[in-house]
Amino acid sequence: MRVHLRVWRQPAAHAPGGFEEYDLDDVSPDMSFLEMLDILNEQLVAEGREPVAFDHDCREGICGSCGMMINGQAHGPERGTATCQLHMRKFDDGAHIVIEPWRAAAFTVIKDLSVDRGALDRIIQAGGYITAPTGSAPEANSLPVPKEVADASMDAAACIQCGACVAACPNGAAHLFTAAKVAHLNLLPQGQPERFTRVQAMVDEMERWFGSCTMHGECEAACPKEISIDFIALMNRDYVKAQFKNRRLIAQSA
Amino acid sequence: MSDITLDAKIPDGPLADKWDNHRFEVKLVNPSNRRRFEIIVIGTGLAGASAAATLGELGYRVKAFFFHDSPRRAHSIAAQGGINAAKNYKNDGDSIQRLFYDTIKGGDYRSREANTYRLAQVSVEIIDQCVAQGVPFAREYGGLLDNRSFGGAQVSRTFYARGQTGQQLLLGAYQALERQVHLGNVQQYNRSEMLDLVVKDGRAVGVVVRDLLTGQVRSHSAHAVVLATGGYGNVFFLSTNAKASNATAIWRAHRRGALFANPCYTQIHPTCIPASDEFQSKLVLMSESLRNDGRVWVPKEFGDERPPNLIPEEDRDYFLERRYPAFGNLVPRDVASRAIKREVDAGRGVGPLKNGVYLDFGDAITRLGRSVIAERYGNLFQMYERITGEDPYVVPMRIYPAVHYTMGGLWVDYNLMSNVPGLYVIGEANFADQGANRLGASALMQGLADGYFILPNTISDYLAGLLGTAPVPTDDPAFTAAEAEVEERVRSLLAVNGRYTVDHFHRELGKIMWDNCGMARSEESLKKALSEIPSLREEFHRDVRVLGDDRSLNQSLEKAGRVSDFLELAELICTDALHREESCGGHFRVEHQTEDGEALRDDEHFAYVGAWEFSGVGSPPELHKEPLEFEFVHLAQRSYK
Ligand SMILES: Cc1cc2nc3c(=O)[nH]c(=O)nc-3n(C[C@H](O)[C@H](O)[C@H](O)COP(=O)(O)OP(=O)(O)OC[C@H]3O[C@@H](n4cnc5c(N)ncnc54)[C@H](O)[C@@H]3O)c2cc1C
Ligand code: FES
Repeated sequence: MRVHLRVWRQPAAHAPGGFEEYDLDDVSPDMSFLEMLDILNEQLVAEGREPVAFDHDCREGICGSCGMMINGQAHGPERGTATCQLHMRKFDDGAHIVIEPWRAAAFTVIKDLSVDRGALDRIIQAGGYITAPTGSAPEANSLPVPKEVADASMDAAACIQCGACVAACPNGAAHLFTAAKVAHLNLLPQGQPERFTRVQAMVDEMERWFGSCTMHGECEAACPKEISIDFIALMNRDYVKAQFKNRRLIAQSA
Repeated sequence: MSDITLDAKIPDGPLADKWDNHRFEVKLVNPSNRRRFEIIVIGTGLAGASAAATLGELGYRVKAFFFHDSPRRAHSIAAQGGINAAKNYKNDGDSIQRLFYDTIKGGDYRSREANTYRLAQVSVEIIDQCVAQGVPFAREYGGLLDNRSFGGAQVSRTFYARGQTGQQLLLGAYQALERQVHLGNVQQYNRSEMLDLVVKDGRAVGVVVRDLLTGQVRSHSAHAVVLATGGYGNVFFLSTNAKASNATAIWRAHRRGALFANPCYTQIHPTCIPASDEFQSKLVLMSESLRNDGRVWVPKEFGDERPPNLIPEEDRDYFLERRYPAFGNLVPRDVASRAIKREVDAGRGVGPLKNGVYLDFGDAITRLGRSVIAERYGNLFQMYERITGEDPYVVPMRIYPAVHYTMGGLWVDYNLMSNVPGLYVIGEANFADQGANRLGASALMQGLADGYFILPNTISDYLAGLLGTAPVPTDDPAFTAAEAEVEERVRSLLAVNGRYTVDHFHRELGKIMWDNCGMARSEESLKKALSEIPSLREEFHRDVRVLGDDRSLNQSLEKAGRVSDFLELAELICTDALHREESCGGHFRVEHQTEDGEALRDDEHFAYVGAWEFSGVGSPPELHKEPLEFEFVHLAQRSYK
């Protein structure tokens, strides 16, 4: 099959960028989207032009490295699918495909389609963990966790930190990401001791970098792991509670 | 000839007491002195992230480098099926002794008893640690942990988090690491690639790192360096490894004197999605856990073109169950891979390119219902469907073996220190515990054992002797010379401006390796590879085209450096495979097989670790042998019948 590509090219963070157009004549429908970009890059190098930079690694939808806007949709047209798992059979022969980097105030473009998502790590650093230094753990089965709870926690923990939720959000908010990370730990019994300090620290850090949530729901539609927007409600509830709980704890220890 | 003697430093005493005795004997660094030591950790996959976090918790000052943008993207994230531990929660006869024995046997008696036993001992602590961190392992309805079975075992000892076990374990380690970053105990350097090890007076004193965003080359010094940089399966181009996984860190350390042990021990995983065309950029694994419920078969008749659901039971050959009744579909990977290859080579392959066999869930779906299967393997089924466009709930999966894991790696002693003092190697990057074939769900176990529990308890033995000394300053000639070499190498890759892309050479190398040093190796094929690799390498340096500059993100340049190292490593792999005149585990020499085609070891001549010393590109490396002594297990022909 043939495709016509319009790809965002930008040499560096603060350099101006623009679209360039390319035609590929011999694309197999069994190719993945990234294999199609590999072919493009081989072609560009052969012509003496610099290849398109894009992040990727596992190519099986788990590392969260890949991610681009494909015809205006984060990770492209297929629901619950990361860019690397998208295959060309989802496009028509002769399709026009526009490819852009994630666009969000918190994600600066590094080059072409590659962006800096470091702000997501900072939210984890602020509190996205359970304090359990190596060696201090009790016997694993000494703390039963109801299956439903473990399953719900796992649903949230499936997040691959790709940033599609942020890119899809008209406000550039990272609420779905943060909520998933909060829920993963706050749902579990092991996560209870730090539950309220955690949510407060993570939300406060999130707000330093990202926009606010006005419940558009675009994030859920774009999420390659189909993480539910309900987790945002859970996070908001815990955050509100934290305003009381954390103060009371501080007051008690003062 | 160099005068290296390999001392594995195995503690005395009964197997079960060695690790305890050793921990008592190693020198310690007291908590207030730990601040005075700097440790560099390269790589933040399971091994590196767990090590960096734990060393930070202990109070050492740690610098962690990785080429990914976030530690959570390391290749470990992709591990699917699970992690072993000898908890015996199923009351099915498991024990530390049994996990130890299964691992030694699975590795075809080519690993050290003491290391393997320790791994089995530590396995139980890993599960405790991960649960405490909030890893959402699968649970039974009563709230207790669930297990499943993996190949090479007759017990259920594999802990799992759906099909995303590696992801969840890595998130646990990553979160612990980020906590240490927040506390200021660990400094983390993302998108930073180590391109050389710095050795002064025979000790590892630091590294040279290139910032992948700015191209800046900088040195960092420390009291000790830990490599946790993963495996080198991508030397075959097509593998289940993440695209960026590479051998550069260990290869550069090898060139600086670290011995490379058993490089030819590579694992071919039986259940991967067969290649669909020549543009294929990587192969995707379908987890071994699927063999709990999936049955492997081919049509009995050659060229049976009927769709699989129209082939009745009596016309199917469930060849693993037929040949290995005791273990059935759960034979170890090397055994399964060869059996599958044999069927496909014999012309019974299925699929459009006739390059696969069926992995069929029909029976399991009838027995357990679709929803149970979906709960166990949902994400794997979805992954399969995305790639092939076929629905495995309805049509059996098609699978074929692919390169997956490398048991070989840098030689380390019982402390996980290489022969270069101060250089530690952990995780898949070392050679230590898996012998000639790794059992499923044991790599995650090893990575976390090394990082959480072993290295943090052994590194003090070395550091204690350095108390009161400062790291070598980075303006020392040892550093400036290494930096200059790195810069020169980068410049020369850009200067060639030849005709072919980096990927072109990588694919060519992969073809040579797969055809001649893959699932079946012979003297003839290995000699052929050894004659082809050097010319490909020369052609690469004459004719590769790397565009762009070295002052901004340049992914072709990164790849070029890695492929250039693969082109050197490949020769060592083939040299090792040629010298090892026996078959063991994943290393199958066609000249050495039993009557029914199983691997035939030669314990009299080859019960040793083959550790190679670098002696220049293109010049023959020197072999050092560490004999493997078996005090506690009896060496036997492996049987899974
Ligand atoms: C698809 C797949 C599924 C698997 N499933 C299982 C399973 O179910 N159970 C199991 O036990 N095992 C499994 N394995 C094997 C297991 O995942 C790996 O062996 C293990 O995760 C390796 O961990 P590691 O920490 O040693 O290295 P990695 O996770 O590969 O991490 C390497 C790290 O080193 C860094 N790095 C590398 N080179 C450099 C350099 N030069 N400079 C700076 N940084 C560098 C990288 O950035 C990364 O952080 C699977 C493997 C694959 C491919
Ligand atoms: S490349 Fe890993 S998620 Fe797409």
